[in-house]
Amino acid sequence: MTETAGFWLPVVWALLAATAIFLYICLDGFDLGIGILFLKEKDADHRNLMVNTVAPVWDGNETWMIFGGAALYGVFPVAYGTILPALYLPVLFMLLALILRGVSFEFRFKAESPMSKFFWDTAFCGGSFVAAFMQGVILGTLVQGIKVENNVFVGSSFDWFSPFSLFCGLAVVIGYALLGATWLLWRCEGELHDTMRRISFGLAGLMLVTIALVSVWTPMLHTTYMQHWLAMPQLALVAPVPVAVAVLAGVLFLGLRNPRSHLLPFVATLGLFFLCFSGLGINVWPYIVPPTITIWQASSPPESQTFLLVGTMFLLPLILSYTAYSYYVFRGKMSAGHHYH
Amino acid sequence: MFGLSALFLARFQFAFTVGFHIVFPAFSIGLAAYLAVLEGLWLKTGRSAYLDLFKYWLKVFSVVFGMGVVSGLVMSYEFGTNWSAFSQKAGPILGPMLAYEVMTAFFLEAGFLGVMMFGLNRVGKGLHFAATCMVSIGTLISMSWILSSNSWMQTPRGYRIDEATGRFLPVDWWQIVFNPSFPYRIVHMGLAAFLCVAFIVAGVAGWHLLKARREGRQASEQVRLMFSMAMWMAAIVSPIQVLAGDTQGLNTLEYQPAKIAALEGDWESESRAPELLFGIPDMKNETTHFKIAIPYLGSLILTHSLDGKVPGLKDYPKEDRPYSPLLFFSFRIMIALGMLMVLVGLWSLYLRWKGKLYDTPLLHRIALFMSPAGFLALLCGWITTEVGRQPFTVYGLLRTSDSVSPIALPNIATSMIAFVIVYFIVFAGGITILLRTFAEEPHPDQHGPAEDQPQRAAGTTQVSHQPQPDAGMAE
Repeated sequence: MTETAGFWLPVVWALLAATAIFLYICLDGFDLGIGILFLKEKDADHRNLMVNTVAPVWDGNETWMIFGGAALYGVFPVAYGTILPALYLPVLFMLLALILRGVSFEFRFKAESPMSKFFWDTAFCGGSFVAAFMQGVILGTLVQGIKVENNVFVGSSFDWFSPFSLFCGLAVVIGYALLGATWLLWRCEGELHDTMRRISFGLAGLMLVTIALVSVWTPMLHTTYMQHWLAMPQLALVAPVPVAVAVLAGVLFLGLRNPRSHLLPFVATLGLFFLCFSGLGINVWPYIVPPTITIWQASSPPESQTFLLVGTMFLLPLILSYTAYSYYVFRGKMSAGHHYH
Repeated sequence: MFGLSALFLARFQFAFTVGFHIVFPAFSIGLAAYLAVLEGLWLKTGRSAYLDLFKYWLKVFSVVFGMGVVSGLVMSYEFGTNWSAFSQKAGPILGPMLAYEVMTAFFLEAGFLGVMMFGLNRVGKGLHFAATCMVSIGTLISMSWILSSNSWMQTPRGYRIDEATGRFLPVDWWQIVFNPSFPYRIVHMGLAAFLCVAFIVAGVAGWHLLKARREGRQASEQVRLMFSMAMWMAAIVSPIQVLAGDTQGLNTLEYQPAKIAALEGDWESESRAPELLFGIPDMKNETTHFKIAIPYLGSLILTHSLDGKVPGLKDYPKEDRPYSPLLFFSFRIMIALGMLMVLVGLWSLYLRWKGKLYDTPLLHRIALFMSPAGFLALLCGWITTEVGRQPFTVYGLLRTSDSVSPIALPNIATSMIAFVIVYFIVFAGGITILLRTFAEEPHPDQHGPAEDQPQRAAGTTQVSHQPQPDAGMAE
């Protein structure tokens, strides 16, 4: 009985944790992307409009990240206690960037002098960029592997500073920018909509190139990953992924070319994120701290996992439904509109 | 030596980040409740001044809440980066509680915050009020979980220790969550959050009352209303808080007597103990210098009897003693501020009875000076309870020195400097904006966060033009 619970609970939790991380990537991805797009969009009215599309929901988006931390702590404490020390500096930079960018939401609207306006706009853009980049670095470092002995991190402080993880950082920045751009082309109209549609072409191209490079690079990192690509049953799971990526990429470009298509590019981009994320998940499985600690080794006792699971079964659907409600309330196109013309 | 300094920096960093963070949740807890009361009263009475105040304080809430979210984000990862040994050992117990906090509280708050902030014109009044209540309930649930886990670290129950790994394993979740110090702590902290906000509101109102007086006019109805409400809170809640603090003291004496000995600066266990008004505890020579004492009062306060036995630090091995010089003062500052709050509350009652609540500039000036009093008392109380838990993270079971991560000193030094710089920028920015908001007098037809910025109104004017059918969907 406990044998099976000891096997299945971590599996269920790994899937739940992956779902939470994916939700975070989708939700905070587009609002971080909006910050990154400040690099391209300098017009003050447009910038305000861009921020307004996410102002009512960004707190909730960021909460998924807090949830990820807390759940990891409670369900896979060994992973929590080894991954975070290993990624000390990237995590630090990400948190500080998220702080600066988070407060900029409020501060940039309330800034009075051009100087402080400029400062908080820069903090919003820079914070979003650095946070996205560091999330990619964290992901890359994890996939690349962390040196652990006896459940303690034994690598050096700069293990994360590798070509692969830095490239992953760049990939995530590009991906989030595309999510942000397609979100905005869905939620805005007029000039801003047109700009975003234009930018999306280039970003989509770049994203596909990075996806291809990461896909080729990953199996070369570890023999286990290579085996995943060549052995059953993983092969059956991963083989359709490249095909699906190609199909979705086609849909994305079609959506971008069709001026009547507003929501489709965003949905297609989310689909691409989903495929990349599951591809990486299949690669890494069943390790939570590659290449040594599996989800079972990282788990807290079944008593802890069950206690949390019972509540999660009820709470997660509830959270998703009122989050959806909040998005529903603030639906529709945003426009600078007649208000100050 | 290097290990020691990394430990010290890790502790200092935790104290700094959590000390910065704790202010905002406390502010949010109190303010969300105040907003719910204001909106409820507006719906019930139809008096527009309540709505004006609601909108005025809603602007403050948006800033405070955002700062709480981002500084809280740090906390949820800092356990792992700096306290990985603690996380691995106590994670099976504390992790699920924090995860429950996020699921039952943070999502609730964040989910309804958008509606509360920008939705007054988008959803009906009733639904909007429901959203405000949800946010307020969320802050209270959040407080419950976080104080439950904090209390478990102080008075652990319902666990067993795994021989092989040294991990704390849950045995009885009911005992873990409702551990012996939790009920006392939650009441004390909840009241503290309400008092923090009451005194901020009183201070802002006091400033506008003084300003109006200087300009030879009467302050607006809104200002007088919020001053009156804040003074009711001071008069009613401060005395209850004194009682709540007293019972928490009795609880601490029962479960953590060393903490009591340290905060009282008592070295010898004795009956008929005096209460020290002043003194400088000396950990090395095991004595307290320059004592000014009132006989019997120590026993009376701590045990409610003149000859009750009070613990002394010498009852405990040297390596198990909390650092008395800090506790002694943090505790006394908290008590002094609490007493001042009671006095202000009582005086306001008297002035209200005499009909002079709005015409006593001295009271308004005192209210202005005391606006940070609630937060100062809160921080001092928090220092008292957390430093008093030392040298353990899980009281009596897991030492702080065995809880820290194997972090390199340069890493933690870098992060410390980075946190200090970023927090000061953020804090300075936040304070500037809050002060600017406070400087504006709340007035009839007050603008809320939505109408305040034309850019944002774009979001709220949408009711008039409905969302277009999405072309992409139609494909």
